[in-house]
Amino acid sequence: MKFLSRIDALVRKEFQSLFSTKSGRMLLIMPVLLQTALFPFAATLEVKNASLAVFNEDRGLASVEMMQRFAASGAFTRIVPVWSADELDQAIGTREALLAVHIPADFSKRLITAQPSPVQVILDGRRSNSSQIAFNYLQNVLDGFLKDRAATAGRVMPSEIVARNAFVPNLEYTYFILPSLVAIITTIGCLIVTALSVAREREEGTFDQLLVSPLTPAYIMAGKAVPGVTIAVVQGSFIAVAAAWGYGLPFSGSVPLLLTGLVFYGLALAGVGLFISSISENQQQAFLGVFAFMAPAVMLSGYVAPIENMPRFFQWVAICDPLSYCIPIMKGCCLKDFGFRDAWHLLWPLLAIAIVTLSAALRLFRRHIA
Amino acid sequence: MNWLSWRRLRALCWKETLQIFRDPSSILIAFFMPLLMLFIFGYGINLDFSRLRIGLRMEDGGADATAFGAALRGSPWLDVRAYDSREALELALVDSQIRGYVIVPGDFSRKLKQAGATAPVQLVADGSEPNIAQFVRATVSGVWQMWQEQRAGDHGEALRREIALEPRVWFNSSAESRNFIIPGSITVIMTVIGALLTSLVVAREWERGTMEALLASPVTRAELLLSKILPYYGLGMVSLLLCVGVAHWVLQVPFRGTLLALWVVGSLFLLSVLGIGLAISTGMRNQFNAAQAALNAAFLPAVMLSGFIYEISSMPVFLRGVTRIIPARYFVSSMQTIFQAGSLWKLLLPDIFMLGCTTVVFIGLTAKLTKRRME
Repeated sequence: MKFLSRIDALVRKEFQSLFSTKSGRMLLIMPVLLQTALFPFAATLEVKNASLAVFNEDRGLASVEMMQRFAASGAFTRIVPVWSADELDQAIGTREALLAVHIPADFSKRLITAQPSPVQVILDGRRSNSSQIAFNYLQNVLDGFLKDRAATAGRVMPSEIVARNAFVPNLEYTYFILPSLVAIITTIGCLIVTALSVAREREEGTFDQLLVSPLTPAYIMAGKAVPGVTIAVVQGSFIAVAAAWGYGLPFSGSVPLLLTGLVFYGLALAGVGLFISSISENQQQAFLGVFAFMAPAVMLSGYVAPIENMPRFFQWVAICDPLSYCIPIMKGCCLKDFGFRDAWHLLWPLLAIAIVTLSAALRLFRRHIA
Repeated sequence: MNWLSWRRLRALCWKETLQIFRDPSSILIAFFMPLLMLFIFGYGINLDFSRLRIGLRMEDGGADATAFGAALRGSPWLDVRAYDSREALELALVDSQIRGYVIVPGDFSRKLKQAGATAPVQLVADGSEPNIAQFVRATVSGVWQMWQEQRAGDHGEALRREIALEPRVWFNSSAESRNFIIPGSITVIMTVIGALLTSLVVAREWERGTMEALLASPVTRAELLLSKILPYYGLGMVSLLLCVGVAHWVLQVPFRGTLLALWVVGSLFLLSVLGIGLAISTGMRNQFNAAQAALNAAFLPAVMLSGFIYEISSMPVFLRGVTRIIPARYFVSSMQTIFQAGSLWKLLLPDIFMLGCTTVVFIGLTAKLTKRRME
């Protein structure tokens, strides 16, 4: 039992140094609270409260009805009526409107004479993503309008698309964001704690004291890894609980799987953190190393943009990225009713990353001592 | 001028510069990191979904159904895979192997020919990825629409949409997401260089005890502050130029503004983030805590709350209020203007004013924190 008592003493020392100061305690708790409270509202690609500029030269009923439907769609809270093409240009140029619609004077006339009626829509390319999403909204509203017109006229469409969304039928953005946040927010805490703690001991000279103690490098590493994993699991579970109770996310997967996923992810991160710390001479290097790992890891994890859209090279990088496994596990647990069988193909790569990084770090530590 | 001696300031700046160059990691973060990030943002992050995997299940072997299937396969935005049962489709969707699936039911061709009947095509998208789900829906609808018009044309009928929306994109006519992501990503890079590096400098002096040595010398508060700001300002400006150069010449993002506008906006933003980093460093006096605080207070808000990926106007009111104190917000919008619209001072001036305010606030905060420690 010497093994456990030694690790226990090391872990306790580690936690004491983390929680000894008030600012240390605050830094492990406050950011997680703030981020859980703010980011689900911020991280939305939905377009809301946007302005639509309208230049309507047509005097017919159809154009008025179409505009009313656009206005009622919810994406546009403000309709800016303009009276000339110049004003329309200005509304886009000064960012007053995200989209601008120009209805020509012969719009209704062409509809009555059964000619196709074009409507020009100007998109602000500086905000190309939002404006295209908003344009899709307009297109959907228009489709509904055309369908209703066809129904009133007694025309039957030969075929139609019946669409639905699986897992999250109303495409609620916060449900999409929260599981990813569980993974992303825990990354910071765990990496900093593991990577900087060794560097700090080195800078302060206490690392040498550890080395002259009867502890082997493996003990020291375990003593550094356990607090990191603990922090990952505690922070991650906190966000998951907040998601289920605070945000009403319909959690459907297995809780043991969620915890297993967090432990494996924590181990992989601890491995990366300890590896970084084993090659850093001081805290600045460790910190910049953490950042150099974290920024690409978040960006290429499939959270911002789907991995299959990336060039081959980045897809290979994503294979080694622990986040690209952790996010699907969290999402599967929270939204897709995952059990262990569904998640196994995501769990073993995490374990593999953990084994590789931890053993690499151990080797480097041993070399330092020799 | 006994609060500012050029000789002392020059010596302090020189010491600081030597320290920057002595540690290879700071040079790495100032020059290598921007290139790495631009490379990732330029090539890795693509919000214009180019090819999404969807599943297809054909339960009807009729000519019309086959033609529709061929139309889907022909779409440059879709990567269509055939599945032979509905269960297999569901499993693939749970596994995220596909982003959505289309089922053409058995009576599709028959119903299509029957007058007065509507032949349904089923489309299911993965709702756990809302943005992709929308895109899958829009793309499949587009293919379906074209196929329908084509089919009507073949039968000698004219089935045209009564009303057609004709999109035209301004400022970024190919609507490439790269052109708006790159100017935004420069903001994130500059935040990293400005705030992360400086968050450690003062704390390090305290930890190593060299701050006490400095305090015992005749160095004044203004000199101390300036010596921490100026070298990092220089480093940051060189990085900014490097970023803009790479963005323009390598990544081919159009740059329509002037260097003057870039310099004004860039300087004010850089000074603001240097202020944030130094305030954290001075307040914490501990590198370990300062590092955590800098990541949480500077880097994450620059990604999440700056409008770089997530539109600020779509956020709830209280959050829009929070974004007003984040300098990155103003830098993102002015960088997008400078890159894509040109130096429109009417648009830039409000941002410049706000950046001026954040600079004064954060550098002032640092000065205040420094004072308490020094006297």
